[in-house]
Amino acid sequence: MATVPTTIPIYPAAKAGHTSFEYLTSKKDELVGWARKFSLFPYPFVTACCAMEFMAVSSTPYDTDRFGAALPRFSPRQSDLLMVVGTVTHKQAPILLKVYEQMCEPKWVMAFGACATSGGFYQNYAAVAGIDKIIPVDIYVPGCPPRPETVIDAIMQLQARIAGDRHPILTDKF
Amino acid sequence: MTARPALDALANPILPAFGPADVDGNVVVSIGPSHPATHGTIQMIAALDGERVKRVDVHCGYLHRGFEKECEAHTWHNLIPFVDRLNYCSPLINDFAYCEAVEKLMGVEMTPRTKYLRTLLSEYSRLCDHLTCIAASLMELGAMTPFLYLVMVRDYMYEHIAALTGARVTHSYGRIGGLARDLPAGWLTRLSEILTQYEEFVGRVHGLMDRNRIFIDRMRDVGVISTADAIDLGITGPILRSTGSPRDLRKDTPYLAYAELDFDVPVGIKGDNYDRYYVRMREMDESVYMIRQLMEMLPEGPINVDDRRCTFPEKTLVYTEIESLINHFKLVMDGPAVPAGEVYFAHEAPNGELGFYLVSDGSGTPYKVHVRSPSFVHMGGVARMLEGYQLADIIPTFGSVNMIGGECDR
Amino acid sequence: MTHEATLPTPLPPTLEIPAAELLATARALKAQGRFDMLLDVTAVDWPGRSLRFDVVWHFYSTVTFARVRVKTRVAESDPAVDSLLPLYGSALFMERECHEMYGIDFRGHPDLRPILLYEGFVGHPLRKDYPIRLEQPLVPYRK
Repeated sequence: MATVPTTIPIYPAAKAGHTSFEYLTSKKDELVGWARKFSLFPYPFVTACCAMEFMAVSSTPYDTDRFGAALPRFSPRQSDLLMVVGTVTHKQAPILLKVYEQMCEPKWVMAFGACATSGGFYQNYAAVAGIDKIIPVDIYVPGCPPRPETVIDAIMQLQARIAGDRHPILTDKF
Repeated sequence: MTARPALDALANPILPAFGPADVDGNVVVSIGPSHPATHGTIQMIAALDGERVKRVDVHCGYLHRGFEKECEAHTWHNLIPFVDRLNYCSPLINDFAYCEAVEKLMGVEMTPRTKYLRTLLSEYSRLCDHLTCIAASLMELGAMTPFLYLVMVRDYMYEHIAALTGARVTHSYGRIGGLARDLPAGWLTRLSEILTQYEEFVGRVHGLMDRNRIFIDRMRDVGVISTADAIDLGITGPILRSTGSPRDLRKDTPYLAYAELDFDVPVGIKGDNYDRYYVRMREMDESVYMIRQLMEMLPEGPINVDDRRCTFPEKTLVYTEIESLINHFKLVMDGPAVPAGEVYFAHEAPNGELGFYLVSDGSGTPYKVHVRSPSFVHMGGVARMLEGYQLADIIPTFGSVNMIGGECDR
Repeated sequence: MTHEATLPTPLPPTLEIPAAELLATARALKAQGRFDMLLDVTAVDWPGRSLRFDVVWHFYSTVTFARVRVKTRVAESDPAVDSLLPLYGSALFMERECHEMYGIDFRGHPDLRPILLYEGFVGHPLRKDYPIRLEQPLVPYRK
């Protein structure tokens, strides 16, 4: 099982002659990564039973506000973390894709619960067997529904990943 | 990754009943299916004249997970987790309604302890459901404090039920012929503590909301439905009771241990949103009163009926005797053999009459399971409560109807 | 036609009637039996039988607290029954669901659009010959 990384090598072996630029971009990436990870605006795409645990994780005593991920933004234009909470059926799939496509970069997707991850035990004509058939997913949270601590663990792992990512803001390289 | 699809090329899963051309220049707005304030995935296509809703077309089905088809592919026991996820706010009531329907079809009578324990847990689950409904609908009006209070109490209840069943939300605790396990030590003591904490927090919510000018202005005389309309539309539960009709299956045709309990059935006066809120608040108080009576009445004894057709034998016997081993094997692989026939049995769920229509062909797998879900029938009637009111009234009315997606779409 | 059927007394828990008698029986139940609430409409598929589908209605009386089940049989070639919408408003959504799941046609229902399924879904999933895993995706899968 992967451990939460504390230092992530941002670039592979340095190319000769580019050291000061890479230092600049790595510091910029750390700063932007720190800012982005602690100000996640989730879009709770809530469908089913996992909503109960989503409500619980947003309130006391499990509060996601401690992690900066409490304020939901119900407009895809204003949010960056798409939390797909609950089963996505084939009828709902176009709506999920539309919402995902309307979100601006950078965006992350959390598959909250067994149904979003793999379809859960609804392997039939109606449910999509995992939302990664439709949109790319960054973190999968197992559980039916997951305990609030599992969700918080997932948010922390996602934050560690965001912290270690490249964050090009002006050009492809910077 | 594949090429990004054009958003206009996405299929529209529904055919609206009317479009912009049919509504005399009124604006047509689609509310949902991904919306912060609809409880779950519902799409309402509303024709608006300014702020007034002229016509609304409700589309459900975005959470249709094929429950009834899954039922035909699993054994009677395996369906208990599926049944949990129907009304996921009060899963224990779904479990017990389903198990009791199967027990009726099998001719199995539950033990006294199970009868009282199921009644107690049904009322406990009703508390969780009403807490969720009221907390969510108050939050949608902007009242964040009652939401946090009520969700905190609900969280204590979830942890408490997790100590008994193993899961916070979808418990899968009912079994055909009884329950999964008995109460752990100290469970009832903690229950009294939680009920005391509940009373304190609900008292605060009463103080914040009941005579709040803004709350009354937004909820009184909004979403009104008459008793005659409600009965014609098949509406049961708190919505029917808010119109003034004291119909409650627990009083009218008692099941489980309700005949021995002393409780009132709260009714409203006008059938509007405020009455539905208040009926639910009073029903929670009645549930607490019933739980306290049941804690005194709980008899000792086994929780699973001693009937080899549905109850697993003791593990020590399974590992030592061949008959118990085969019994256990047959129950797990083939399922309990329910005699051929059909039954319709209903419980009073927090939303209304939750009925299970079971058809068996004699094997361990159901031939057909149909859920008469209150939320689905209410969706047929909600248009009557929305038309003529303002756009901003759609959210509180819809919240007070308490449509639960898992139950509505199955 | 406001013809009402005569109901057997005492009323048995299940009334099996021919499909043509449905509206008359429902009128009698509503008027004489005081069954003012239509709880449920559903169907059962028996593929081996000549009259393949059983259509089942459940009624409840909020006055006498009595319940009754009404069943009728229809053939696969013409699975049509009358809609109870003129008598009971709750039939609106329930008959739509029964139609899309089994293919039962409710004559007189103004709006038999799919309700739990979506536009473009082919087939009737709750029939026994519909395979449980046959998905009809609206959005093409990735990769």
